[in-house]
Amino acid sequence: MTNPAAEIAYREDVELRLRADRSTARPVLFVFALAIFWLLVGSVFGVIASIKLHLPDWLVRQQWLTFGIVRTAHLDVMAYGWASLAMIGVALWTFPRLLHVELLWPRVAMVGAVSWNIGLVVGVALLLQGRNNGMEWLELDRYYSVPFLVLGGACVAASLIRTLIARRAPHLYVSVWYIVGAFIWFPIIYVAGNWPTLKGVESASTNWFYAHNALGLWFAPICLAAIYYFMPKVLGRPIHSYQLSLLGFWTLAFFYALNGMHHLIGGPIPTWMITTSIVASVLMVIPVVAVAVNHHMTMIGRFGALRYSPTLRFIVVGAIAYTAVSLQGSFTALREVNRITHFTHWTVAHAHVGAYAFVTLALFGAIYYIMPRITRREWPSAALIKWHFWLVLIGISIYVIALTIAGLFQGLALLDPGTPFQVSVERTIWALWSRSFAGVMLTAGHIVFAINFFLMTRGPEPAWRIPPLHEVQPVIYRGDDEVAP
Amino acid sequence: MTRLWLLLIGASATIGFALLTLVIIPQIMLLEIEAPPELRPYTPSQANGRRVYIANGCLYCHSQQLRDEHFTTDVARGWGSRANVPADYVYDRPHLLGTMRTGPDLINVGSRLPDPDWHLIHLYDPRAVVPWSIMPAFPFLFEEKDSAAVSPADRVVPVRGPRAPRGKVVVAKQDALDLVDYLLSLKRDFPVQTTSDRHGTEPAGSPVPPAGGAASQPATGAGTTAGRNDGA
Repeated sequence: MTNPAAEIAYREDVELRLRADRSTARPVLFVFALAIFWLLVGSVFGVIASIKLHLPDWLVRQQWLTFGIVRTAHLDVMAYGWASLAMIGVALWTFPRLLHVELLWPRVAMVGAVSWNIGLVVGVALLLQGRNNGMEWLELDRYYSVPFLVLGGACVAASLIRTLIARRAPHLYVSVWYIVGAFIWFPIIYVAGNWPTLKGVESASTNWFYAHNALGLWFAPICLAAIYYFMPKVLGRPIHSYQLSLLGFWTLAFFYALNGMHHLIGGPIPTWMITTSIVASVLMVIPVVAVAVNHHMTMIGRFGALRYSPTLRFIVVGAIAYTAVSLQGSFTALREVNRITHFTHWTVAHAHVGAYAFVTLALFGAIYYIMPRITRREWPSAALIKWHFWLVLIGISIYVIALTIAGLFQGLALLDPGTPFQVSVERTIWALWSRSFAGVMLTAGHIVFAINFFLMTRGPEPAWRIPPLHEVQPVIYRGDDEVAP
Repeated sequence: MTRLWLLLIGASATIGFALLTLVIIPQIMLLEIEAPPELRPYTPSQANGRRVYIANGCLYCHSQQLRDEHFTTDVARGWGSRANVPADYVYDRPHLLGTMRTGPDLINVGSRLPDPDWHLIHLYDPRAVVPWSIMPAFPFLFEEKDSAAVSPADRVVPVRGPRAPRGKVVVAKQDALDLVDYLLSLKRDFPVQTTSDRHGTEPAGSPVPPAGGAASQPATGAGTTAGRNDGA
């Protein structure tokens, strides 16, 4: 760097990032630590629930350990503990980076995280005692738990909005659109879902309006924001197409919000509602293909970088899973397919492609990138990262393949009136065992990850003065197939 | 994008449209549904049983909805005489339609399995009556007492055979009795009108022969439902 002007610009750039990271370090580290705590708790609940489906006489003496409660604790802890908190961390960290300012009102964000966790502890405690709202994804008690979550989310949003207003970057990057969208959409759907006066089939349709959008308008946008941020960042190459990003965002915003009723196909709600959701589900192909093409064209020619960047490895698998789960979802929403797969383990497998292979893996990737920047330390063990990756990748593959196949057989048995119900149960037992095995692998991966995370926060005082990867120019790609670290 | 206001207005508009379409308008449309005379409000005991059903997460394995007989085999399987309609659920708060059939549908379980003793034994130990069942046992809804300690007010559950507790008598707690009371109340198989009270719901109410044998689209009901707006 011989040009003095370029030298100054470069130093300013580094300084900007350092300041941004310093401002987010405390709140982001705090929410990540809590998220990983909930990830471990949720894993234990998940494995217990899984085992209970093939060993139904195991742990039956206590009510709080019955399948219906443990399974629900697993879902709520993973959705509102692990995923939501990790996503809040990603949003808090990326905003100052993308907007070229420090995070404003970081203490408000911290208070928000505390409030969110109080709500979750109260909600899960009540759930374990048999008190819940009785609707899937909305079990946390609407009077004693949900207000804490809403307040917590509002505090985090306040800090993000304050930072957004103070922005110095003239252009809003695509990740900002998705995060802003998610923080507008989530409070609206969450309040609608918890609305206390709904009854009958209207409570069913609002239940699924919420539950589908929890994935589509809360988890998906923030995880897509992470993919859009980290993929070009690690590769040192811009996103392929701005127009495709725009198309993907606005079509997702419009179509995803209308998807929910495909969970009630054949059910006792007005047909036009179901048909609307089926049409919107099929139209989801547009944003999904737009995003998939955009990401693929960004990656193309640089897949070799996967060997060197754990962030990229998790992010790319997450991006592939997003495409896969969305196309599978459009397909499953067709009436002819749904009459087989509805009410079966196919749906459970599908949910885990979304919530795990897409959301969770993308969040792992983001955490691998963010942690060195906020702790100013390197990850203590590369071997542990490898173990983490392969354990969870193989684990989720076994999980999804086994339950998808079993769900299909179960659905075909249920659809044949001459086949006794017993057959639909017995055909799934092998897959339920496989799922428990997969669950243990996933849990082992999470423990490995947690150990690495814990060791990282306890290392010697940091020596870095500039963010990692910054001085190293991105020379991951030289020739046709030659890749240098 | 450089204009924040465009993002804020656009994102609010998409969710606003969806909320209007799938939550607010349906709510207004469904307001006029009246309870059929055959459907009774839950008694206090049934309401408590429903609470126990929710508390223990029964809904994660059992649905409470039968779909159209031309679309699926829910009716042919013997789970009921007809598909369900919105009027079947007017007293349900929250709904318990369910999304999983790890176990069978329960919307007419009161008609299919009317014996309270069967339900009590099945809840205490499902495999005592259904050997292949993977349903969890719910022994915490029962007490195991010495026969001498049983009072006349106790409801003794006739568990027999190798799975009965040795030297003890199984007595149902109030929650178990209420849960069974609730289950026995699930009989949404009374005949319904197919013309006036339907609001174009997914399943056709009365068994109408499927036109041309195509099962993919819900069959249209009688001629008076011509105004049905099902988008087909």
